[in-house]
Amino acid sequence: MSELASTALEPAPSFSKPKKPWVKKSVLPGFGLSIGLAALYASLIVFIPLAGLVLKSLELSWPELWAVVSNPRAVASYQLTFGASLAAAGINLVFGLIVAWVLVRYDFFGKRVIDALVDLPFALPTAVAGIALTALYTTKGWVGQWFWLADIKVAYTWLGVTVALTFIGLPFVVRTVQPVLADLEAEVEEAAASLGASRWQTFRRVLLPALLPSLLTGFALAFARAIGEYGSVVFISGNMPYKTEITPLLIMTKLEQFDYAGAAALGTVMLIFSFVLLLLINLLQHWSHKRTGG
Amino acid sequence: MAGAVSSLNSRKTGAAHAATSEATWVRVVLISVALTFLALFLLLPLVIVFTEAFAKGAQVYFAAITEPAAAHAIKLTLIAAAIAVPCNVIFGLAAAWAIAKFDFRGKQFVITLIDLPFAVSPVIAGLIYMLLFGRQGFFGPWLGDHDIQIMFAVPGIVLATVFITFPFVARELIPLMQEQGKEQEEAAITLGASGWKMFWRVTLPSVKWALLYGMILCNARAMGEFGAVSVVSGKIREQTNTLPLHIEILYNEYQFAAAFAVASLLALLALVTLVLKSLLEWKAAREHELAVRAASAQ
Repeated sequence: MSELASTALEPAPSFSKPKKPWVKKSVLPGFGLSIGLAALYASLIVFIPLAGLVLKSLELSWPELWAVVSNPRAVASYQLTFGASLAAAGINLVFGLIVAWVLVRYDFFGKRVIDALVDLPFALPTAVAGIALTALYTTKGWVGQWFWLADIKVAYTWLGVTVALTFIGLPFVVRTVQPVLADLEAEVEEAAASLGASRWQTFRRVLLPALLPSLLTGFALAFARAIGEYGSVVFISGNMPYKTEITPLLIMTKLEQFDYAGAAALGTVMLIFSFVLLLLINLLQHWSHKRTGG
Repeated sequence: MAGAVSSLNSRKTGAAHAATSEATWVRVVLISVALTFLALFLLLPLVIVFTEAFAKGAQVYFAAITEPAAAHAIKLTLIAAAIAVPCNVIFGLAAAWAIAKFDFRGKQFVITLIDLPFAVSPVIAGLIYMLLFGRQGFFGPWLGDHDIQIMFAVPGIVLATVFITFPFVARELIPLMQEQGKEQEEAAITLGASGWKMFWRVTLPSVKWALLYGMILCNARAMGEFGAVSVVSGKIREQTNTLPLHIEILYNEYQFAAAFAVASLLALLALVTLVLKSLLEWKAAREHELAVRAASAQ
């Protein structure tokens, strides 16, 4: 009876496609309340303010906007920010893989403590990391003095910026590669070995392709984090315009000069870039899940 | 028969061991490289914070962390975290409930958007509130007329902190609640439990470790945030100075020992966070293992 009634109420399929409901029916309560609360909160805290940033930058005319965004000082800051972030993410790609490998495959004294310590850059406030790394890498610092012997200055140069960005991006590659490496089946390696592959060939031809999606995800995460980093870099960079000034710092300078529209324009450039990276990372993670079947 | 099998196995693992693991010297080299890298980038920064903090003696250290400006900075940091963490817990629970237990269109997009504050530079997090509530901002004139100050005051600091720590709880809860499915909650509802009762008795107990985990990470970030807060705070000593900003001021005044003394407090917070995090991971893994064993025994 109820079936009959419901079919009678449905519009004839020839006139309009049956509309898929926005949300599937469920016996569980609270969808309206929870999605409403979450959407309201997210809009107030995140989306409306971010939209305000884009709107503010559009207060400038296109030529003005272009002038701010392509100003030589801004371009120099992009070069430093992107260059140092790429270098730092690259360092983390190589050493992160080695650290993950060692933590998953080998047993040695203090392994669990070291494993826990890998997350330090997530937990240590960036300002603390900034002053600590600066103290280490000045020409008189514990580490910096050795570089200074070779006439290399680390703190207050782009090298120092790279050091800070390496620190803050360190956990990403380790933490994305570690679970994938732990889940790899031993049989594949045994098969490769029994077919006559050397250990290095097995690594390059069998293990590395399997780890590639997670390696790339970790690399992209470290890179994205480095692009926006401010706290740890301002102390070690020296903040010289055209030389060691990162883009977030340039935004800060514009704000201090009450150039709100200029700050918003640079902020919008960074925001768009972050958003693209975020989508890319999601695609990578999707790919990685598909590859590992998880 | 059993003996033959076991000897076969042992021979096999012996052979496999050589073929699927590395020579001893390779192991030693890899472990040394990894440990050197971690010592250089993780251990040394941590060690230098404490040595520099005590470089001028314990007296300077304790003076630096008990002076009124430092005490005020500690208070403000605690206030900001005490508001930001509960706000993001409520949001995280609501968002995770809607996303994990219901099917709706645009879900994947919503999950991506939740991550946005992670991808955005902290400076931009401060900047957006400046553009809204600053004197030249959208609401600036109105706020000025009504004598409400948000920028360069505590509300601005709290807002920036909330933005920065926005995704932490939600991100921990969503994958776990998706994995747990909805059978238990559906059973509770069909058996006549009210929505709240189901939430308190079924949902909350099953996600409690993940929730705590998210809260700990959220708290660490809230107390340590620097970039976003430094845009909106104005850095007025004893008024709008949080601990990380206080470190910057001391450092720029060349009071290095005092700067590192205050920094050592935040480094301790980081260490406590790591210990709690490891404990929770261990506990959650053990409960998971027990549940799996119980399920396979049935």
